[in-house]
Amino acid sequence: MSNFEVVAREDFSPVTYLLEVRHPLMAKAAKPGQFVIVMATEHGERIPLTIADFDRDKGTITLVIQAVGKTTKEMQQNCKVGAMLYAMVGPMGAPSVLGHAKKALCVGGGLGVAPVFPQARAFQESGAYVIGVIGFRNKDLIFWDDKFRSVCDEVIVCTDDGSAGMKGTVADGIKRAIEQHPDIDECVAIGPPIMMKGCAEATRPFGIKTMVSLNPLMVDGTGMCGGCRVKIGDEIKFACVDGPDFDGHKVDFDDLMARLKRFTAEERVALEHWSDTCRLMKQADELASASSKTDPELY
Amino acid sequence: MAAKKKTIRTIPQARTPVREQDPKVRARNFEEVSLGYGLDEALVEADRCLQCADEPCVRGCPVGIDIPGFIQKIVEKHHHGAYDIITDTNLLPSICGRVCPQENQCEGVCTVGDTLEPVAIGRLERFVGDMAIKEGWANIPYIESSGYKVGIVGAGPAGIACAADMAKAGCDVTVYEAFHQPGGVLKYGIPDFRLPNDVIDAEIDKLKRLGIKFECNTLVGRLFTIEQMVNEMGFHAVFIGTGAGYPSFMGIPGESLNGVLSANELLTRCNLMRARDYPNFDTPLKPGKHVAVIGAGNTAMDALRVSLRLGAESVHCIYRRSKKEAPARVEEIHHAEEEGVDFNWLSSPVEILGDENKTVRALRCVKMELGEPDESGRRRPVVVPGSEFEFETDMVVYAIGTNANPIIGQTSKLKLNKRGYIDADENFATSIAGVYAGGDIVTGAATVIEAMGAGRRAARSMKAWLGLRDTESVYLSAAPATRFGIPQDEHGFARVRLA
Repeated sequence: MSNFEVVAREDFSPVTYLLEVRHPLMAKAAKPGQFVIVMATEHGERIPLTIADFDRDKGTITLVIQAVGKTTKEMQQNCKVGAMLYAMVGPMGAPSVLGHAKKALCVGGGLGVAPVFPQARAFQESGAYVIGVIGFRNKDLIFWDDKFRSVCDEVIVCTDDGSAGMKGTVADGIKRAIEQHPDIDECVAIGPPIMMKGCAEATRPFGIKTMVSLNPLMVDGTGMCGGCRVKIGDEIKFACVDGPDFDGHKVDFDDLMARLKRFTAEERVALEHWSDTCRLMKQADELASASSKTDPELY
Repeated sequence: MAAKKKTIRTIPQARTPVREQDPKVRARNFEEVSLGYGLDEALVEADRCLQCADEPCVRGCPVGIDIPGFIQKIVEKHHHGAYDIITDTNLLPSICGRVCPQENQCEGVCTVGDTLEPVAIGRLERFVGDMAIKEGWANIPYIESSGYKVGIVGAGPAGIACAADMAKAGCDVTVYEAFHQPGGVLKYGIPDFRLPNDVIDAEIDKLKRLGIKFECNTLVGRLFTIEQMVNEMGFHAVFIGTGAGYPSFMGIPGESLNGVLSANELLTRCNLMRARDYPNFDTPLKPGKHVAVIGAGNTAMDALRVSLRLGAESVHCIYRRSKKEAPARVEEIHHAEEEGVDFNWLSSPVEILGDENKTVRALRCVKMELGEPDESGRRRPVVVPGSEFEFETDMVVYAIGTNANPIIGQTSKLKLNKRGYIDADENFATSIAGVYAGGDIVTGAATVIEAMGAGRRAARSMKAWLGLRDTESVYLSAAPATRFGIPQDEHGFARVRLA
């Protein structure tokens, strides 16, 4: 299998975008909690991305991506509708195990709002009372709140600066939800590691089972490289095949965050190298178009 | 003219040396170490084969190549003939000639080897395979479709060997691979200086010409299950050769520090993802200045030598037993020594020490001594009390073996053994009818040729299961035979030129 076509795209903010990629077989197989590994180009790196949604009728996989590094920025620039991804493999990881919760809390922070959505939907389909807590830095970064309202019985929107919903982090949102609903029996939290850590700490005193989805660095995504190993209690697990979902109360988040910084220096170099190349290409394009304007006879 | 009978006294006494890159030069580049035999060298070495009646080498070969047969063809300077004989049993001579542990197989039992150094069978095989690639030879057997559909899971050595045999038996073969390129460990694991990627690509192209379809980016188990392949996708037989990829760590303190990684990760980043050409390729790999590799198998040797080529100032091998017990091929250890790897035999790591940035700064080890033999027959290493020592390192690579990859086990009802490997009988049949398995996913980590042998023997069982006869390959000639410029099949017809 090769050449995976981007069939739809939506830009949520200057740094967040959504791609819908055609892959009917994967759309059929995907379950909430799984992820894919994407290679944008033949020379690209393999990056893991959580499956934000899948449409079995249309045969598409939805990915929500934040442009932070070279690869994701390059994809933001190049992956327009009709573009092809060089590789996309999945669905990887063990699907989320949805308990028999009667009242579930689905928490998404920033980009994590996307992958927690199919879980909220699954809880709703299983007949649970679903409370959504979604958090963003400010009002302008909010996305999918309408989708959340369609599957949740209650939605709490949190923003760091208070520009929309309640002021505070999702952990504050969780506390409020628990105050109102002391009988919540399960929580799913997805987002940056620091946010998931906050969520796990918020639910720990109440003993609410809290599942988090971990996003360590990985290469193959099939258990072969061991780059994605995480500390869960006293054990070492590979997030790609043993996860990516783990009990948030057992995860060593500090270890995860330290390991995510493994290639910080290299990532910065790659981004600079790429930005420089882009700038030069742009200049060259401008020069070319300028010369073609002044001297059309040349062609 | 009848050839004079060869005896041990009449053959060239010394094994023909193979030209190699200078150790100092090659330790800094990814070009192939061994340059291989030329025409003359191959001829001299081929002449060392006694053509003995016993043929122990054929029995020593896991796939049973007619070794004296192909060597005789080299003597006769009929190189295409030699290629025909090898490809009867082995479609990947360029790969096997390079990576098989011949000293334990064909060369280990060679009759010449009883008195002199054994015939360099591996180098001769490589010579023939490389010539075929260079000359563009490809033996396309005459294949009549059997109407059966066969699915192969994993495009590594076991999978492609099985695929080749099933394709030759007329099956419609599809090989599924999770990575974006076929080849498995040949691609991600074995570095270019031992097995260049273009050699693998050339050999896989030949398999494509047999009609084998390679479907990359396909994670069987998760995208569809083994049961779905059999029940819904119409595969009459399935072979699983997913390998043992799930690296082991020791569980000592400091393993989650940055700078600690598995040999699989180091090699995959460097070989398959081409991190060595960073930033032209996007995958990063922070090369170590002082690298410690734990383990002394072939993978450890690869990790050591890759680290040197990535620019490390010092590279240390840490192994708890002595050189004699090291599982790597003698030739690999020799090459590593030549290139300047520092071997620390009888040492075992106890802790990895980090700095304030959670990055590796040093490795603490203890000295070992060998005690009584254990169940593997090797002498058990015992800690020497008070022998702790430390050395500075910024990268620690684990090459101490792998465990069973869990994906197929997680997603199917196949019976697994206690250690998580697929339970297969002596015919490579698993607990599901029509589903066979072989290679590392059944036996645990082993060699490329053992996996290929397993793939081929499984193919024999699969043919029996499908009711296909095992037949000798018949080759189509590459160019249609002509006489006087007229195609053979038109002979006897009047050729009428229309105005």
